[in-house]
Amino acid sequence: MSKPSNTGISALYDPYNAEKPLLVGCSCGEDHAPDQHNEIAAQRLHNEEDMSRNVIEATVMKALFPVDSVRRGFLRAVGTNTARAAIASMFPLSALEAMAQNSGALEKKDLKIGFIAITCASPIIMADPLGFYKRQGLNVSLNKTAGWALIRDKMINKEHDASHFLAPMPIAMSMGLGSNQVNMNVATIQNTNGQAITLHVKHKDKRNPKDWKGFKFAVPFEYSMHNFLLRYYLAESGINPDTDVQIRVTPPPEMVANLRAGNIDGFLGPDPFNQRAVYDEVGFIHILSKEIWDGHPCCAFGVSDEFIKQNPNTFAALYRSLIAAAYMAKEPSNRALIAKSIAPTAYLNQPETVVAQVLTGKFADGLGGVKNVPDRANFDPVPWHSMAVWILTQMKRWGYIKGDVNYKQIAEKVFMITDAKKYMTEAGWQTEAGNYKRFKVMGREFDPTKPDEYVKSFKINKLS
Amino acid sequence: MNASLFKSLEFRAGLVSLLIFVFILAVWHAATLQSAPAPAPTTPVSAEQAEYDKLMGKSAPAAGETAKTTGFPTLAQMGSTVVKQLSNPFYDNGPNDKGIAIQLAYSLARVGLGFLIACLVAIPLGFVIGMSPLLRRAFDPFIQVLKPISPLAWMPLALYTIKDSSISGVFVIFICSVWPMLLNTAFGVASVKREWLNVASTLEVKPLRKALKVILPAAAPTILTGMRISMGIAWLVIVAAEMLVGGTGIGYFVWNEWNNLSLTNVIFAILVIGVVGMLLDLFFARLQRAVTYVE
Repeated sequence: MSKPSNTGISALYDPYNAEKPLLVGCSCGEDHAPDQHNEIAAQRLHNEEDMSRNVIEATVMKALFPVDSVRRGFLRAVGTNTARAAIASMFPLSALEAMAQNSGALEKKDLKIGFIAITCASPIIMADPLGFYKRQGLNVSLNKTAGWALIRDKMINKEHDASHFLAPMPIAMSMGLGSNQVNMNVATIQNTNGQAITLHVKHKDKRNPKDWKGFKFAVPFEYSMHNFLLRYYLAESGINPDTDVQIRVTPPPEMVANLRAGNIDGFLGPDPFNQRAVYDEVGFIHILSKEIWDGHPCCAFGVSDEFIKQNPNTFAALYRSLIAAAYMAKEPSNRALIAKSIAPTAYLNQPETVVAQVLTGKFADGLGGVKNVPDRANFDPVPWHSMAVWILTQMKRWGYIKGDVNYKQIAEKVFMITDAKKYMTEAGWQTEAGNYKRFKVMGREFDPTKPDEYVKSFKINKLS
Repeated sequence: MNASLFKSLEFRAGLVSLLIFVFILAVWHAATLQSAPAPAPTTPVSAEQAEYDKLMGKSAPAAGETAKTTGFPTLAQMGSTVVKQLSNPFYDNGPNDKGIAIQLAYSLARVGLGFLIACLVAIPLGFVIGMSPLLRRAFDPFIQVLKPISPLAWMPLALYTIKDSSISGVFVIFICSVWPMLLNTAFGVASVKREWLNVASTLEVKPLRKALKVILPAAAPTILTGMRISMGIAWLVIVAAEMLVGGTGIGYFVWNEWNNLSLTNVIFAILVIGVVGMLLDLFFARLQRAVTYVE
């Protein structure tokens, strides 16, 4: 059954052996004598499944304990079995194994994925340094992209195979709004919460939105949750976002520089730029986006219809890598490690402490206080259809769509909830039943079955 | 001999340049003295305040961490950045993090390609326009309208139609560097001395031979002036184009460091862009001198 060339490797991968160093990625026969080799072969595991499990567990252990002496100390202290049980309860190891094994032949192994350097993209980014793509046999090259318009164009031009998106973008693209009509899909939501309204420090005393007339705000893109949430928040305070303030589109990385220069009074933007504004003492965090809608989607992972049709197995492998990455990201205890792996120049290019404050939720608010909000940023991949319907209601409310909208049809076409749930279940993730999960926005419940009534219920709108 | 060395204009100009340089550094140093990190307060702070300071990067950095820098960089910070970048110019950490030399190579390759295509179009077309007064007038309105368009205005159109961001970058270089060359070539060709052309016709020189042996050498200094201006524009444009398109190049490097608000790296990139631009200009100045003739 097992291949002879593999015999020694599994023993070297044994992550629960306190007596031996953990060698991930080393090939057998490198530095042990032949008699030792036999000894290793004698205790070899009898089939490839054991081998594969050990490799997966070894990788998990390596990620948890980058320093080998710490891992050994931990194992000696708590005992191998306790450690194994603890790790297994955190990571769906059996599901990971199933995933690693039943992948069909990949149609395309070298993939280009575009991303914007923000913490919303954590699963997409961390899957590279932590090896989630490699484990699925994918060779992914992550391309840092300058702005959302370029993300859209590079997906239309097929320069990128798949991409980090703002959740409303695939909806807009599928409807041909602001671009040629291209069928795009939201495979997973990348993150929930994790945005904030940041104001310039000179506005420390103007905490009531009613005082914000004449302000200039930046949002990352027209078809963004940021734009819709900021408009919603302002309108609830009686500020008309189209006439009382100016909302301009600015690529997220340029927001802090603009805030410092005084070009804008504030922004509803993605992290780490809210925290970076605080770190650079130019802004303070007015509210977290979670205070507007707790659990709102923000960014998404998207692919085109065409790509899914041409590369079903590659798409499945990508799906699994991202679900596995999101599974690791949602666990609060992993957040510091993730911050460390995505902060370097090649990815976010930010001071590690800034990224860590965003992901762990223990942060300086820019007003002299330390806040502790563990779910400041969260990761939940389910693309609920109700979210898509809400996005469409806001697009209608603010005049981005004219005429009648078939909310249900568009939501169900673009948001791939069935596939997402399938791969999540495979990974051992519990998901709620149904496709139209209910939620509240600023205390008001949204009924996805009556979108048109919802749109008409707002006093401030741009319907006519 | 020594006395004449000190009196020579070049030596004195060099001395003044050096003095200006030292003066700039001194002003820089004086201006950034205040922004040097203040010593940690000796009065004990509350635990809460200490934690806030730590999150704001204000407490003393632990071993292995880089200290937070705010405000305009000091000379020492600048110097260490320059040394760090220049000591390892060829590193390659994946598609989004490359050494300065690799980034420069990408930019120079794009500029070279766009400029080459511009030469191939502008010089023959300039010849034709220069030799025919009719075409010159016919083309003039188009050239005058297209010439002042900013490179970045072309970018969305290029991305939309060409559907490839790196080719779009090259296209923008091409479209912006073609006009000075075209105009100068046409002007140079049109203002070749009548007498020389008359001599050529008297000797019954064939048109192609006339173009290559009489007009080209006569117009060469003007054409090279056009090329020199075009190269300057191309080098200006590449930084802007790469900031917009991203991915690789010195413009992307500036943009990426701007995102990180790392002024030392941005200033370093500005210096590199300046020096490379100067070298390109010197190269064309040499070429120009080689083809200049005295009547």
